[in-house]
Amino acid sequence: MNENIMDQAVKSAFPKCVRVDSKPHIFCPGCGHPEVLKALGFAIDDLGLQSKVAFGVDIGCSLLAWDFFNLDTIETHHGRTIPTMVGFKRANPAGVAIAYVGDGGGYAIGLSHVINAAIRNENILVIVVNNAVYAMTGGQEAPTTLQGMKVKTAPCGADQYHINAPEIIRNVNPTAFVARSITTIQFGLRKMLKDALQHQLDGKGFAFVEVLSQCPLNWKTLDKPQETFDFLEKTLAKAYPVKKY
Amino acid sequence: MAEKKFIIGNEALGRAARAAGARAFYGYPITPTSEIAHFWAKEACSEAGKKDNLVFLQAEDEIGAGFMLVGGVLAGTRSFTATAGPGHILMQDAFSMAEAMRFPVVAYIMQRGGPSTSTVIYSQQEVNLAVFGGNGNGYRIVYSPATLQELYDYGIKVFNIAWKYRFPTFLLGDGYLAKMMGEVEIYAPEERGIKMEPTEAYLLEKNRTRPLAEVMPSPEIAQRIAEDGVQYDCFRNCLNLEEETLAVNMEIKAAFDAAAKDIVEFQEYGAPEAATLIVAHGIVSEAAKAAIDALGGKSARLFRPITLRPFPVEELRRAAKGAERIIVAESADNMLARFVKDALCGYISRPVEEYFRPSIGILPSEIAALVGK
Ligand SMILES: Cc1ncc(C[n+]2csc(CCOP(=O)(O)OP(=O)(O)O)c2C)c(N)n1
Ligand code: SF4
Repeated sequence: MNENIMDQAVKSAFPKCVRVDSKPHIFCPGCGHPEVLKALGFAIDDLGLQSKVAFGVDIGCSLLAWDFFNLDTIETHHGRTIPTMVGFKRANPAGVAIAYVGDGGGYAIGLSHVINAAIRNENILVIVVNNAVYAMTGGQEAPTTLQGMKVKTAPCGADQYHINAPEIIRNVNPTAFVARSITTIQFGLRKMLKDALQHQLDGKGFAFVEVLSQCPLNWKTLDKPQETFDFLEKTLAKAYPVKKY
Repeated sequence: MAEKKFIIGNEALGRAARAAGARAFYGYPITPTSEIAHFWAKEACSEAGKKDNLVFLQAEDEIGAGFMLVGGVLAGTRSFTATAGPGHILMQDAFSMAEAMRFPVVAYIMQRGGPSTSTVIYSQQEVNLAVFGGNGNGYRIVYSPATLQELYDYGIKVFNIAWKYRFPTFLLGDGYLAKMMGEVEIYAPEERGIKMEPTEAYLLEKNRTRPLAEVMPSPEIAQRIAEDGVQYDCFRNCLNLEEETLAVNMEIKAAFDAAAKDIVEFQEYGAPEAATLIVAHGIVSEAAKAAIDALGGKSARLFRPITLRPFPVEELRRAAKGAERIIVAESADNMLARFVKDALCGYISRPVEEYFRPSIGILPSEIAALVGK
């Protein structure tokens, strides 16, 4: 474990780059998004990047992060955060470009942007929050929805296949930073995001972190935290291994 | 120093962007515009291009290219794209966001045949798309150049207009102009006393000269000075309430209406007392001029909107006064004519005469025949 991160975590419950006056946040109680954002905030603090980051958020529940941080932030359009940050980074290589998107934004409507940014080895960090559903629009099927999961657009259970994005990214880009993490291992997540940012700072190109994250509202487990975390850690993490690729 | 070059329209556009100090091109190949991308790609990997940090990026598709263009603008770079037809359709996604947030994206659109894939050659059928292509009210600026020289002149101008007024700004040419060869005078803007409008980044700009509220709808902006004494700017494209959305729309409209007076451009040709008024834009207006000359210059005159948006409404009304006949000629079905009828509704007693030829060129002899009818 990185000691610096440990020190900071002990000293402060919030990253320095968090915007205090937009708190409490407006994600649902128990949502995974703020956990991911918090880890990202610490990673940014740790690397001293607050005034260098251009933070792009998608449309999906990630849009709620548009004023989460004291970071220059642009809320873009569903699925289009990645090309927006690609265009930005190309025009301003000194900026640190982060695209923060959901699994619908990243793997359905925006999939070709993810793959092609990886093929071109764009020097940006893409974070995809995988909660196995389209959350913002009320729980429809996503490319990450597991077989048999009952969601609004698959009331009889989702079909057989789902996307394993890190494998695909690795396949098209042997040198990219590719990892999958999970909200419940906060230190691991922070370290992963920090390493991914460092990859960009070193000019090494594409960095990709998928984060398994809970959506108690659409998983219908708002009042059942045990079920939420069982599904996240046992079912989702089984289908989607948490590791560096 | 200004020099005359014998080049195709697309090269004139590439050179115009370079002369305007554009730094980034994001695009996806499509006929009849591809030579613009070829020009920029070559320029970007030349010694001079490298020195100027030129960006050339071939995107995965026009949706990607459009949003990369937004990204380039967010970085404060004069950025542009070039597209046509089906590519122009896909780019509406990004153009719509640019309209919502008043980002000065620039596109050279060289119309091809439609609907859908159709031909790669020519039409004037992308007028509606260029002007009203988004899910908003068409707060965009659209120029319709008519000659190779104008591709160059307006190819420079669109960058200045975009960054001064902060609206998506399009040069709407056509496939004939894109592929035509001819003499074009290439000059540096400063030789003509043209001062390039400064640009400014939206993200990571810590010494702003123009307050954001002047260039973006205020409900979309949240600014804070953080503990480190630095101001951080957050922008949103998703609004919560109808009232906020109304406020955003009204702010955009007020800025657009105020700018429109300065921006609107038109051209008149022929004897002011001529009884027949021809309304045409782009390359068709050149055919109309030739027809007017062939007819001896007394029987017909031309009104040519140079900006299709904002449209020269008052100027057209003035020109239409005293005209016995008004003929609208266009290589589309009722696109220019709709603007004309809208502007003249209640101002003329006879219906406008329509000459609609979607996807095909209009010859001077055809226009002369219409006047002689
Ligand atoms: C072009 C477009 N299509 C559809 C939508 C509606 N929409 C908004 S968010 C969303 C899905 C969000 O799911 P995901 O990307 O997984 O993010 P999450 O909400 O789960 O965090 C959809 C389909 C939209 N805003 N734009
Ligand atoms: S709907 Fe799900 S992902 Fe969205 S804020 Fe609520 S819990 Fe989080």
